[in-house]
Amino acid sequence: MSTNMLNLTLKVWRQDGPNSAGRFETYQTTTIADDASFLEMLDYVNEDLVAGDVEPITFDHDCREGICGTCGVMINGQAHGPQRGTATCQLHMRQFRSGDTIVIEPWRAAAFPIIRDLMVNRAALDRVVESGGYITVSTGAAPDANITPVPRDAAEAAMDAAACIGCGACVAACPNSAGQLFTSAKLAHLNLLPQGQAERWSRSEAMVETMEQYFGSCTNHGECQEACPKEISIDFIAMMNRDYLKAKFTNRRRGGQRKSG
Amino acid sequence: MAKTMSRPGATAPVVNPPAAKSAPWPVTFYRSAVGKKWVMAITGLGLLGFVIAHMIGNLKMYLGREDIDAYGHALRTLLHPIMPNELVLWILRLGLFAMLVAHIHAAATLTIMNKKARPVGYQSPRQYVAVNFASKSMRYTGLIVFLYLIFHLLDLTIGTTNPDFVEGRVYDNLVASMSRPAVAIVYILCNIAIAVHLFHGIWSVFQSMGLNNPRYNVARRWVAMALSGIILVGNVSFPIMILAGVVH
Ligand code: FES
Repeated sequence: MSTNMLNLTLKVWRQDGPNSAGRFETYQTTTIADDASFLEMLDYVNEDLVAGDVEPITFDHDCREGICGTCGVMINGQAHGPQRGTATCQLHMRQFRSGDTIVIEPWRAAAFPIIRDLMVNRAALDRVVESGGYITVSTGAAPDANITPVPRDAAEAAMDAAACIGCGACVAACPNSAGQLFTSAKLAHLNLLPQGQAERWSRSEAMVETMEQYFGSCTNHGECQEACPKEISIDFIAMMNRDYLKAKFTNRRRGGQRKSG
Repeated sequence: MAKTMSRPGATAPVVNPPAAKSAPWPVTFYRSAVGKKWVMAITGLGLLGFVIAHMIGNLKMYLGREDIDAYGHALRTLLHPIMPNELVLWILRLGLFAMLVAHIHAAATLTIMNKKARPVGYQSPRQYVAVNFASKSMRYTGLIVFLYLIFHLLDLTIGTTNPDFVEGRVYDNLVASMSRPAVAIVYILCNIAIAVHLFHGIWSVFQSMGLNNPRYNVARRWVAMALSGIILVGNVSFPIMILAGVVH
């Protein structure tokens, strides 16, 4: 495989702080090898900017291997760019042609305020998880492995949901800024396992209601599932809708899951 | 030492503040957006049932004047010897009206919520993958259907806008109304809006009610397409057949 060299025009959102007005700035890249990742391309651009005494572009990143979820940006109007099932850090420049103009913009949502340039605060996702995305166990000696048998299908389905890296692309891609795909994935990965049953209804109720304090509501476009770097299915959203209804209708005192708070 | 960056914002609820006091579960259920989507799905199904029944009932036009007039009479006198005249009809009408109000109220409040969730929109053009014309235009097709509904009632149920209207003469009223080309064209356009609204609505119902299964997910699109297509063809056939002179 030969490496192609690309010359690109970038239109990047620059914003000095949370309350400053932002604007698009246009930069010409130096020649970029197409086996560079998208973030490496930004690194090269930043080196040039620093050399020219311009403040480098702030963008969030950590693992650069598609597992931490910090690197999401809008690339040409698509969350994480054009390649399906791929986080920005795993997107490679071979997805682009020399001469292309690439527009890069931060996630936009009331719950994701811009910190600087392309970096946003995704702490609202933590608020949702804090409200119920855990199981309550008494601490002590670690339990024996395999003490709770998990049916294989349940384990697989829970893993599909647990693949969520919390990047916020679902919210960013959704025309309504809804947090449904994230929340439903976090719910399903516990609600499908035996360990998650004890708190299933209180968890479903609390996480949905916390989500709605920060995010918009779902109109079933399905755009989130296309944007998700882990290709999480909107079937989990349907499951969440069911569980929320059951959480409200179930006689929780009889079911041993009394309403909290 | 590295400076820790304090990350601003997003610790306080930005869309819906939590409710001040607790309430009975049906209230908190409807307060939540997921609950409102359930209400929209159920009322949407009820209204869809009405649209289907209405279309099938109107097909009686092709059986002739006596048939459809008798059908209209039967509707007004539904369960008559048991119940007072028109009582059942009015109960059905009130039920439909209540469903319509709930459907619109939920849609309007959710729209406001969604506007709050993204006060500053994207500054560059979006490239959508899954969003389609029907899903994007629900608010507008819904509004068109609502406005048309008012005209439709004035024209064919109350008769205000139809100079040749005679109560109970369903067949003649229909022919008189649809013989006016402007009315026929508005009718056809509004029925296209209904079909587009139903296409996304029917698909959406399954999702909002958690009725999905990877095995049937593709079929949901086909069901939505087929049902809205049948309703469109059935309804649009009336003005076309009247204008073509087949029904007169
Ligand atoms: S940098 Fe960790 S997922 Fe992209």
